[in-house]
This record gives sequence, structure tokens and C-alpha cells, in this order.
Amino acid sequence: MPKKYHIHVHATPNRFPVIGRSGIVDWGEGCLKCAKCVKTECVYGVYKARRFSTDIFGDTIDQLCKSCFRCVQGCPKRLIHKTINPEWESLGDDLYTPETIAITWTQAETGSIPVSGAGYGGKFSGPGFDSMWTDMSEIVRPTRDGIHGREYISTIVEIGRKPFRLEFSEQGHLVTKLPSAIRLPIPIIFDMFPFGDISDNVWRSTALAASRLQTLVFLPLSEAKKLSEFKDNLVPIFSPSQIESLADVSQFRMIEIHDEPSTLNLLSKNKSDNPDQIVSVRMEALSGKSQLKKALQYCEAGIDLIHYVADERGYEPSIENGLHIKDVIKEIHNSMVRATFRDEVSFLVSGGIAMAEHVIKAILCGANMVGIDIPLLIALECRVCRNCREGGQCPVSIAKIDPAYGADRMVNLIGAWHNQLLEMMGAMGIREVRRLRGEQGRVMFRENLENDTFAQLFMDSDS
Amino acid sequence: MSYKNIWSQAPSAEVVNTPTRFGRALGKYAVIVSDACNNCLRCVAICPENVFHTQGSKLAVPRDHLCLGMECSRKTNRCVSNCPQNAIRVGYNSSSQALGDSRWTPELLMSAWHMAETGQLPKSDIEYRVGATEGGFDKLRFRFPKKPPKRDIDVESIDTSISLNKRHDGRHEISIPIPVYGGGMSFGSISQTTMLSRIRAFAAWGSFTCTGEGGYPEALYPFDDHIITQVATGLFGVKEETIQRVKIVEFKYAQGAKPGLGGHLLGSKVTEAVARIRETVPGSSLFSPFPFHSVYSVEDHKKHVDWIKAINTKALVSVKVSTPSDVDMVAIGSYYAGAHIVHLDGSYGGTGAAPDVAKKNIAMPIEYAIPKVHNFLVNEGVRDQVTLIASGGIRTAYDIAKAIALGADGVVTGTPELVALECIRCHNCESGRGCARGIATTDLELVALMDLAWGTQRIINLLSCWRDQLRQILYKLGLSSIKELVGKTEVLSHLDYSSNVQDDDMRVAGK
Repeated sequence: MPKKYHIHVHATPNRFPVIGRSGIVDWGEGCLKCAKCVKTECVYGVYKARRFSTDIFGDTIDQLCKSCFRCVQGCPKRLIHKTINPEWESLGDDLYTPETIAITWTQAETGSIPVSGAGYGGKFSGPGFDSMWTDMSEIVRPTRDGIHGREYISTIVEIGRKPFRLEFSEQGHLVTKLPSAIRLPIPIIFDMFPFGDISDNVWRSTALAASRLQTLVFLPLSEAKKLSEFKDNLVPIFSPSQIESLADVSQFRMIEIHDEPSTLNLLSKNKSDNPDQIVSVRMEALSGKSQLKKALQYCEAGIDLIHYVADERGYEPSIENGLHIKDVIKEIHNSMVRATFRDEVSFLVSGGIAMAEHVIKAILCGANMVGIDIPLLIALECRVCRNCREGGQCPVSIAKIDPAYGADRMVNLIGAWHNQLLEMMGAMGIREVRRLRGEQGRVMFRENLENDTFAQLFMDSDS
Repeated sequence: MSYKNIWSQAPSAEVVNTPTRFGRALGKYAVIVSDACNNCLRCVAICPENVFHTQGSKLAVPRDHLCLGMECSRKTNRCVSNCPQNAIRVGYNSSSQALGDSRWTPELLMSAWHMAETGQLPKSDIEYRVGATEGGFDKLRFRFPKKPPKRDIDVESIDTSISLNKRHDGRHEISIPIPVYGGGMSFGSISQTTMLSRIRAFAAWGSFTCTGEGGYPEALYPFDDHIITQVATGLFGVKEETIQRVKIVEFKYAQGAKPGLGGHLLGSKVTEAVARIRETVPGSSLFSPFPFHSVYSVEDHKKHVDWIKAINTKALVSVKVSTPSDVDMVAIGSYYAGAHIVHLDGSYGGTGAAPDVAKKNIAMPIEYAIPKVHNFLVNEGVRDQVTLIASGGIRTAYDIAKAIALGADGVVTGTPELVALECIRCHNCESGRGCARGIATTDLELVALMDLAWGTQRIINLLSCWRDQLRQILYKLGLSSIKELVGKTEVLSHLDYSSNVQDDDMRVAGK
């Protein structure tokens, strides 16, 4: 059994006050100045923590209030009210909702799994990954008790080609030359950021975190060259035209080439020049025959890893009403299975992976591993305002982050995610993340459940 | 004068008005009286909803949660236009918008509070049937005929009882008068006052409450005949003695909020008393393992059921499972292992503490699982020998009726009772001092916030209102017993698939 992988986390507080969902608005006029003001009775000591005098007008929008409404109901003159914080509501977008951003901040701060009381309060289902429920094991199938360490659940994945079969000499010696491979203890790599005020400090945070987690950072070649002490954890990305010769990148264990017309040639040249180097091709996550055909050509030419990149929200890039990545993954996974390449070539997916559950769901659809981007920025307190895209100022000065501090926050986040992967895999009774890949039968897709139940029951009821 | 032990008796199931214990109740509307008020008290006389009342000779702060809203207030014979000083204003209560979530919307919370206070449906326009999750129960509507079918029986005689032993195997023949019993909530996750409030209210209604996995505190002994004791994976507090006390024993294989994961009780809630009952160490977090490490097949499961049946020769056995993709196989396996009750807990069920990732993502919602299992058991020819119970996101009387129409015999609830006790869905119940409303806590100071008689009555009122609504629904559908509703999906329509979906508000439809 491999050495148990454990991510060491430690509390790393925010630099800025977090944005809370709701605030308390206190309307001072008519205050009776009760001897025992409800504010002094707060179970959580919110008013004390904010050092507000109970006798003066004040409003507080903060993360301390837990919304118990005791002061709202208790004030005899009804002077205290709760209100949704407009700044909270304007955070992020459809995928990076205020809730998702806030929970990511907490994970980066604490490194622990978000646990809360009461049942799920969100929508029944939603677009993309929110239309999938993962399976569990019960009575007729054993589960695995991974989270408390009673059973070992492995999250190891490998990048690199796998020989189809092993050949042995008559004396019983292995004659097949085993191709090189990179073993990652988690099925998560760090991908390029789609936006952000990405300074050298941010790249250094990312590289530091990746080296502590023993995973990889995919980054522009120019940046990779600046961080040579981390080169074993770096994967430079470049176009064939960006390099003069393959010797430019030979110091890296792995490289990623943009999908361009000359990429196939470069790949076969690299196969002979640097046979042990792992090569990935960065392709747009598009559905349809032409992209599949191209992907299979790369497989045939000896690529080690196919990397599909969706847009920031997890949809087919630059297509209106494109498919969600889960459907694109299913399509290419199934064709790679049919073309018998699936066990030889690794498949990585990035774009739109926003939460720990998305890692499991993408792998269930057919990916070997995923790349994450924006969640790493959120670990650095990014508010997904995208001001930086228009050259605006970053509200949390991400560029000035201290690399060691930034790395701690990212490690915490992945530590929390790793435990969530163990929870979900344990519930399914799966002890190896490699066994999870493409297990589409252990997912319940909303469209299937709807067709099997409600559509059948109610579709013809009026016709 | 002799000492009368009141708490150990179940009260009668009558409705008694039981207002909030926290100052003013929260409502949809705010009634604001300005300083221009000269205490003429005309409003007190005029308002039929008793929004206005006096404190001494002066007008008190209005009970605005009873207000019917702007439309009413503008009528010529109502408060706003009749105030000689023009001092009354009615608007929305903005604080109420910060309440709740998609499943328990502000209006669902407020309507449940209203039912728990008065035993009646709210009269204002607040939504009391569905939430805003945009799926499942929230997309199903009843198809009430335009005119109720002509009938000679009156609403009051409609039967809402269900049988819990359909095997008729010589064990207890138990029928409960309402198609609902209380789900497992352990001592430790909730206070003893909360636990007893639920138990006493369900006992008042002749139904049951499950102890959850936290043992069997002595204070429960007077209610043995209305208690289901739970055997869960941690076996906390499980003793032969407690299994022999009760009429129903429940195996908890899984819980919908955290399917495939064991229970959590964080250290801050493990007080001396909790630790004593569970035979553990105070302050130390408790994690139940998953699964039962003695059960890896249906055969192992049967051994478990046989074990309970041997210890208590009259008890019924319930098997509580969550909803994996093969939930139908699990259900039939449980039946053949000898279960009387197969209890499906869907993935959006309640919990005192669970990882968010599990609550949202693992296992299927109950709305899909009920018809899947019901139809499977029908096809296997055993449906009439098993009581199928559904839980995991049942909030309202409409949810209960929908679950039954989809194929369940009855339901189990938990969260609605806590809402009746003025739970506000702040989701902080995992920590020791988390529940500022003194419901899901073991902190002595917070526990003291709630009185047992008050809590019991609030839940009795809610159950009473549910029973009335169920009877109304059956009446409108022309059915004389809730048993006739089981699997009758033709009385439902679905917003996504059916055309001509009608408003099923019983206060309007079919009048």
C-alpha cells in the first residue's frame, strides 16, 4: 500500500473582512434605552465583537451575525432589522455564486470540510454539474470508511501512456520498455488563470502550493522559466511557434502544446528528441466529430495527455448555448473507449471546476483528473468581480500577496477538497479514484431520473 | 396538595393558541404606527385579525404577523383609511426577506409558524404549500376537480390513518391516526425539551417519534408506547433493555442528508448528560462509522432483523435507508429480510450536522425514489405487505399528500416540528451554542429558552392543521381515506409536463 497521502493544513486568516450575506440595520430613533438592551444579550456576542455601543445608531454588515433574529424580534420598539447585503448579492456570477465564494474563502482559511446543520437549502437541481447526484452504497454493496482513516482511500492518478500489454522474454524478464509517467497524489492540477492581476508573487504562491501538494502547475513558458527551482512541478504551455527548438523546454518533466496545425509534427519530433518527456496537448473542449477526430489523431501520434479546456463557466468555449463540460467529457471518453485508447492516454479537463464535488463529477463522466483556476484565486480572497479584466484595481490586491501566505491558503483549500473527495468516494464504496473514471452508471443524471419518473407519469396526462 | 406529574402525560390533541416566545413574531407585512397616534384605539375595534391591541390604555406595538397585507389595509372599512390621525402605514417587512432558503422560503417558515401558533392556515396571501427549489414537490400540483364530487360524508369523517404492520404476523397491529410520525433526532443533536415536545405532541396524536441514535433518556420512559428506538451504526445507547421497551425498532442504515456517511456530533454538543447516555466522553466529537461493519449483504441484514425480532418478540421492525440508484433492490431486500416498514430517506433530508458536499450531491431526492420503489414493490407483488414511508424534505401537508400520491403509505418529518418550535433555518445547529433559539442545543442556558408545555402545544397545533389540510385535499379529490391516495398519481400534475396546471390553493380552489 502506498504511503498515506495527507495534506497538512493550518488556520490562515483572511487579510480583509469577508463579505457577509446579511446585515443588521439599527434604527436609533425612538430607542427606549432599555436597561437590558437585546443587543447585549446576543448569543454570539456580535455587538460586543464589533465594539458598538448599544446606545448609538449603528448598522453592521458582517460575517459575525448568524441570523438568529433574536434581536430583531426582541427589540420592544422594533428598531432592529435584518437586510440582505447588496454587496453579497452582487458577488461573482452564476457558477461562482456568493455562497460558493464564501465557502471557498472559509476552506482556504481553515482547511476543513464545510459542515453545517439542517438539510440542504439550495435549489432542487441546476445547470451543469448541479444536475448530477452521485451514487452511494447501501446494504447490498459495501461502503468505505475512509474519512476517519479506518480504510485507505487512494486519490492517486498517473499521467503518461500505459502499454496495452506487457511482454516477457522466455526467461521471464520484462521486455516491454515502460514509458515514463508522472504520479500525482490528487486528481487535481493547477491550470492557467483566465483573469486576475497575476504577479510573480501569485505564480510563486501557486508553484509553492503545487510543490507541497506534489501536483503540477500549468503556466506560460515565460513564467515557468522564472521559477526554475520548482521545475519538476511546472508544465510550461506554449505554441509551436513560440519556441526555437525543443531544447528550450527539455529541462521540464512535462510540457503542454497548444492545439495548432504544426503541433502533431512537433509532437513526433519530441518523441524522438526527448522520449521520456511527457507531452500534453491543450485543446478547446468542443463536442462534435472534428474535435474528436483531432483528439484521436493525437492519441495515435503518441500523446500522453489530452487536455480539454472549457470556458470559465464550464461550457464549450466561444459557442452560444454550448454544451456543459460534463457532456463533452462523456462524449470524448466514450469515443476513446471505442477507439481503444482510453486506458493508454490520460485525459484532463479544466474550466468551470468550482467546487470539490465538481472534481468527482467530472471524473465520473470520464476525465482522469481536473484542472482548477478561479478557486485558487478565491483562496487568495478574489471576489470574482473581474475588474482586473478591464484594467481596474483588484479590491483585495492579489498581486501583492506574500507567496508563503498565498501557498498556505491554496494548500488549505485543496486539503479541504481532498477530504470531500474521500467523503464522496467512501459513500460510493470506491477506494481508488482511478476506479471512479468514467463510472457513468454510478451517477444519477437529472434528465434520466426525470424521464424515468415524472415525464412518464405526467407527460400524457392531458393529451 | 399532591404533586401532579404533568410533563409525563401526553396532553390532548386540541388546538390552543400559542404565540411566539421571542417578543414579536415575524411576518410578511409590517404595520407601522407613527407618533401622530393619539390612542383613540379605533384600529383595535376595526381590525378583525386582532393585529392591534392595547397595553394599559395605549396602543401596543401591533402584532403585524397577523396582518393580511396592503390590500386589506386599504379597504374603506379597515385600519389605514379609518385612522383619524392618518398614523397607520402597512408595508412589507424587509427583515423577513433575510429569512430561510430555497427549500424553506420566508413564507413557508411564516406559514408554519402561523399553523403552530393558531392551528389554522394563514389567512393572508403567504405561500403555505411549496418552496422555491424549482423541482420535485415544488413543481407538483394537485388537480382538484372544479366542483368537489358529490358525497354524503362530511370532511370530519375522512380517514387519515395508516397501518404500520401490513404483514399481520402476530406482532403489534399498529395503526396511527395521521399518516406521519416523527423522524430520528438524537438527544445531543437536540435538547431534551425539544425531544419531549415532539414525543408528547406525536403521542397526543396517537403517533410515534423516533429517538435517533443518541440513546433513550429516562425522561422518555412514560412514552414507551409512542417511541421508536433507533439502532444505528455507532450503536450509541443501544441496549437490550431499551429495545424491549418499545413497539417499533428502527435500523438506520443511512440518512438522506449524508448518505453513505456516518453521523456527526461535534464535541461542543457532547455535554455530561449526552456523554452519559451515549456511554462516551464529554467534549469529544462523535462520529458514527459507516456502514454497519457487520452488514455487507442482504443476508447479513436479515441477521440483524432476526436479532431484534428475537430480543423483542412483538416489536415491528423499520428499516431506514437512503436513496442510491438501486434503492429498489435495497427496499425489496429489506422486505425479504423481514422488515415491516421500509423507510426511504431522500437526499434533501434534515440533519443536525453534515458536510455540505454530502447534503447537496449524494443520492437521489425522495420525489424520484418513491415512485421507483412503489412500482417495483407492486411489480414484485409484495406492495400490500410492506408499509412504505418517505422522508427527506417533507415540509408541508401538501408535501405529505404528494408523497403519498407518488406511492408512499405515509411520511416521516423532522424539520417542520423544529420550525413549529421557531427554528429559523440559520443552519448553525452543528455547534454547541449554535442554536440561539434553544432547539438544537445542549447548552443549559439556551435549553432553558423553551418551555415543554409551549413546545408540545406548538407541534400539536401544526399536526392538527396538517390533518385538517389532508382531509380537505382528500375531500376535494373525492376520497374517503388516505389509503386510497397511495400511488394515485393521476391526481397530480407537473409544471414541466402537464398542461392546464391549476392553482391548488385549498383556500381558493373548488370553492
